[in-house]
Amino acid sequence: MHIGRILAAKGVNVFTVRPEQSVGEATALLAEHNIGALIVVNELERPVGIVSERDIVRALSRDERLLGRAVTDIMTHDVVTGLPVDDLMSVLNTMTEKRIRHLPILDGGKLVGIVSIGDVVKAQLDLYQGEVETLETQIIAQEH
Amino acid sequence: MTRPGTEARPLRVAIIGSGPTGFYAADHLLCQQGVVVEVDMFDRLPTPYGLVRLGVAPDHQKIKSVTAAFDKTASHPRFRFFGWVELGKDVTVADLREHYDQILYSTGAQTDRRMGIPGEDLRGSHPATEFVAWYNGHPDYRDYRFDLSAERVAVVGVGNVAVDVARILCRTPEELATTDIADYALEALRGSRVREVHLLGRRGPAQAAFTNPEIKELGELGGADVIVRPEEAALDPLSRAALERTPERTTQKKVEILHSYASRPPSGKPRRLDIRFLVSPVELTGDAEGRVRSMRLVRNELYATGAGTLQPRATNEFEDVPVDLVFRSVGYKGVPLPGVPFNEKWGVILNDKGRVLDPETRQPLPGEYTAGWIKRGPTGVIGTNKPDAAETVACMLEDLAAGRVLTPARPESTAIEELVRQRKPDYFSYADWRRLDALEVARGKAVGRPRLKFTSVDEMGAALGRG
Repeated sequence: MHIGRILAAKGVNVFTVRPEQSVGEATALLAEHNIGALIVVNELERPVGIVSERDIVRALSRDERLLGRAVTDIMTHDVVTGLPVDDLMSVLNTMTEKRIRHLPILDGGKLVGIVSIGDVVKAQLDLYQGEVETLETQIIAQEH
Repeated sequence: MTRPGTEARPLRVAIIGSGPTGFYAADHLLCQQGVVVEVDMFDRLPTPYGLVRLGVAPDHQKIKSVTAAFDKTASHPRFRFFGWVELGKDVTVADLREHYDQILYSTGAQTDRRMGIPGEDLRGSHPATEFVAWYNGHPDYRDYRFDLSAERVAVVGVGNVAVDVARILCRTPEELATTDIADYALEALRGSRVREVHLLGRRGPAQAAFTNPEIKELGELGGADVIVRPEEAALDPLSRAALERTPERTTQKKVEILHSYASRPPSGKPRRLDIRFLVSPVELTGDAEGRVRSMRLVRNELYATGAGTLQPRATNEFEDVPVDLVFRSVGYKGVPLPGVPFNEKWGVILNDKGRVLDPETRQPLPGEYTAGWIKRGPTGVIGTNKPDAAETVACMLEDLAAGRVLTPARPESTAIEELVRQRKPDYFSYADWRRLDALEVARGKAVGRPRLKFTSVDEMGAALGRG
């Protein structure tokens, strides 16, 4: 399965913030949309970083006046991104190995969505559950 | 107004499409404790089960046994089936809004993706799904013709549809005669002159989508030798490293099976099934009559994407393969339903976890839902649609509890029945289907087959004694 399929049933796929916006604004966006990370994009809508709730909590422990600072100061600059055609299993492995919780998905260089580790695990579970369900049905039918 | 979902005023749900997803959703809804639900299921065909009847290969009868569970759902007193009633033609979304509290679209993914290469539309080049629908007796496809006087066939793709098509082409008439393949297809395949089938994968053995039971089955065909080239069965360094880093039993097994095929000498069976890896068609060329005669393949190499997936990249090494018939199976795609928002980018109904969204506001449209392949795209096996349908039904019940349902003017169950009778007097009920089913099985039994399908609506009507 391709991870692009996860985006198909996700409605509004991605929330972004600009690097010069404040951490306070970013925090408000995270709370408003009940999400864990924002993609930081430049004026061309190209991703230049990612800022997560973890980044904010860690920075806050060092700097109490964090909320007024710019997102660019605390964001992760080196972002691992995915493609819609990436395989579910290899993405799951990569996210686990590199401890990535949110993967922005680019298509032709354009940001088309974001998948979280929760999305990926759920998709994998649904595939397994589906296989078990299908096998069970066949076994039951054979017994009759 | 009191909330629907009681004995006095049941929650009225219309389900569009009677494939596995529609039945899984119906079952979830009808089994709810504390909410009384009435389900009306519509299908544009007279017969239910969707791809279980018309997609699953005829030599895979065991997979079709899931229909017993669907029949059980259909036997529920608050379930009705309106077969041969098409959305957008016989009833509209506006009609449904007038009669139901909630509408669920589960129409599946109905077209093939194109390869996007020159020569794709030459005569003899077809979407694999058309061939599948034809041999399975789909009323819309029974009059299609495929030139089985062709000796050399290419099947593009290594997903389950591609594997089914390749296997059916390689089956002997004796093997096919024990299946429920459409009668006309059995006749046509009896006269088949196919000798070579090339099954083409763009990536390597470790990435191929087919399952291990599917690939094993290809090695056990009565009338065809399976051929795998040792150099293509061998893993490239990237695939080997990936498999060492995260050893997955199924992938290891798949690679092992393919290796065993590569070292197996041909036993002289009349047909050969050539499984290829790391190749992509780049052009089809035809003769003066516009018939496909040759396929140009480019050899691919794998590279790792940023997220660690191995993807194919064309090299500049080419190969020409003579072919007379081409079936492409490079993915399914959903078809927009009239009056329902569509997400062109992903080829699905615009939705969030199954709630259909307004394309302008991106907010849920009250009372409209989707599930299955038309919600998420074509992934997984039949059973994968069960958790998917459950997710959508959970949204439906949550919205019901919050009072976010439609306000139909004519919610009584007799009203829609009247409307359907008026628009489509000769619609098919589930009782009609059960009679057809019994007749098909009886006709099949007489000739030693699991069933002999009716493949046209006229035939079905006549079998039921309609004038």
